[in-house]
Amino acid sequence: MGAGDLGRVYKDGEVIVRQGEAGDCMYVIQAGKAEVLQEQNGRNMRLAVLAEKDFFGEMSLFEREVRSATVRALGEVRILTVDKRTFLRRIQEDPSLAFRVVEHLCHRVRRLNEELARIKPGT
Amino acid sequence: MSFGLFSSSFKHCLLSRPDVNPSNLKLDNGSRVAVIGGGPAGSFFSYFLLDMAQRSGIDVQVDIYEPRDFSHAAPQGCNMCGGIISESLVQLLAVEGINLPATVVQRGIDSYMLHMSVGSVRIGTPLHEKRIAAVHRGAGPRDIKEVKWKSLDGYLQWLASDKGAHLVCDRVDHFDWKDGRPQIKTRGGLVQEYDLLAVAVGVNSGLLKIFRDSVSGYEPPRVTKTYICEYHLGQETIEKYMGSSMHVFLLGIPRLEFAAIIPKGDYVTVCLLGDNIDGPLIKSFLESPEVRRCFPPDLPLDPPSCHCLPHINVTGATQPFADRIVFIGDSGVTRLYKDGIGAAYRTAKAAASTAIFQGISAENFRQYYWPACERIAIDNRIGKIIFAYTGVMQKLRHDLRGILRMVSKEQMKDGCNPRMSMALWDLFTGSAPYREVLLRMLNPVFVGRFIWNIVVGSLPIKRGRRP
Repeated sequence: MGAGDLGRVYKDGEVIVRQGEAGDCMYVIQAGKAEVLQEQNGRNMRLAVLAEKDFFGEMSLFEREVRSATVRALGEVRILTVDKRTFLRRIQEDPSLAFRVVEHLCHRVRRLNEELARIKPGT
Repeated sequence: MSFGLFSSSFKHCLLSRPDVNPSNLKLDNGSRVAVIGGGPAGSFFSYFLLDMAQRSGIDVQVDIYEPRDFSHAAPQGCNMCGGIISESLVQLLAVEGINLPATVVQRGIDSYMLHMSVGSVRIGTPLHEKRIAAVHRGAGPRDIKEVKWKSLDGYLQWLASDKGAHLVCDRVDHFDWKDGRPQIKTRGGLVQEYDLLAVAVGVNSGLLKIFRDSVSGYEPPRVTKTYICEYHLGQETIEKYMGSSMHVFLLGIPRLEFAAIIPKGDYVTVCLLGDNIDGPLIKSFLESPEVRRCFPPDLPLDPPSCHCLPHINVTGATQPFADRIVFIGDSGVTRLYKDGIGAAYRTAKAAASTAIFQGISAENFRQYYWPACERIAIDNRIGKIIFAYTGVMQKLRHDLRGILRMVSKEQMKDGCNPRMSMALWDLFTGSAPYREVLLRMLNPVFVGRFIWNIVVGSLPIKRGRRP
């Protein structure tokens, strides 16, 4: 990790968040890639690959549920943690901070709709 | 219309024009916005104004007036600042989609060393993550031989330009009103009228006097002098002596409120805050053994590579807005002693969202922009109380021993609630509002533990320079 690199480096295959665990922060990828995995019937299914500027774990900032998926480093990845408290305190003062989070969630819903349409083409 | 006649003549001008009823002042397609000052406040304002305008489907033109070229080293490209981007701002910018690149961040900071007359202690972040960025505002100090990192101000200006802002490399030196709209004149002879003027100059700019005389109700912030200097140590030496730790000093030197040494790429920045900082005070600080230990023993600390005595705010401006004008960053309100870039981001964004979503009249700014400034101003009052206490505490060796003992114990125990460490972390790094720091300090458990540590730390058997 270079002197000017912010965040923390995770090695290839290292788990950043684990499905089912409690969480109180979100993460922003600074460099590298990470994969989102969901465990079903003992098997890991890859839901997405995230790259620089993508974020994950944002659902835990808004709901009191456990992590819905595991995120694992795909090669070396550098990640910055965003505290729930910092984020929520700021969003009270500046609701426009949520623009990008909402945009990200909209993008995800759109992708899931497309996926659903592909799985159920006849209905 | 002359500056002195502004108040009455501008009102007259408004009343005589039915199309400029202040309640109808809004940005629309084709509106023109001028930003005076291309530092963080000006660039953040331009970036977010254009971003929100694009989201709202409004086409506005933004011109940033900045005479300096931030790719130049020395004072020609420097904005005279310690160059720390707080933990909270680094996180918020990441959420905004702005990841500060390693070509700009010279060193990620993950801890700080607190030096007191009774000893030193290292305070690390709970997540062991580098979340504070040490940067240079310009391309580097006066004697820099090779520019390896980009300037923060240059990078933010590039972000604003990338969003569509137009950079005008000229100095604004005259302001007037033309048909109820702000008109600016530059040294190069350019004369332009705008629908909105965002003033984002620093408190070291002479332009604020012109606005004081011409904008009704506006009174620039009160300031004090600070001292900033740079030493060239080279990456290897910095790594050896400082690593990724910022050094903070509470030495009880008269008139010195706070001092810090910030490691960067090839240089370290020394910042002193206090009353009437002068040569003897600087000498007294640099010669203290706690400071000397941070540097190689053979390094002469005089003269430094570069130094300046810039002004910093101690109060906010009075009424930093009028119809079609808003003052952001240091020319409006900033945080006391810390996180000036964070305050620039907050005020710039509040002004931009007010201009896009509410309007650009004085009433719009009063209702939607002023609360953001007021929150910072109120928090600064609490900050003054805390800094007054730390000023007194620096002379109380029993209290210092209590702090040293409490922090040392907290840093050794993983998993315990590091109450003192976090309060000091937030106080010295500017990562949280002063109000939050004060509430933590007033927590009965905090107070109880602190008293206990003062008592135990003062027992003769426990006394020692280092824990």
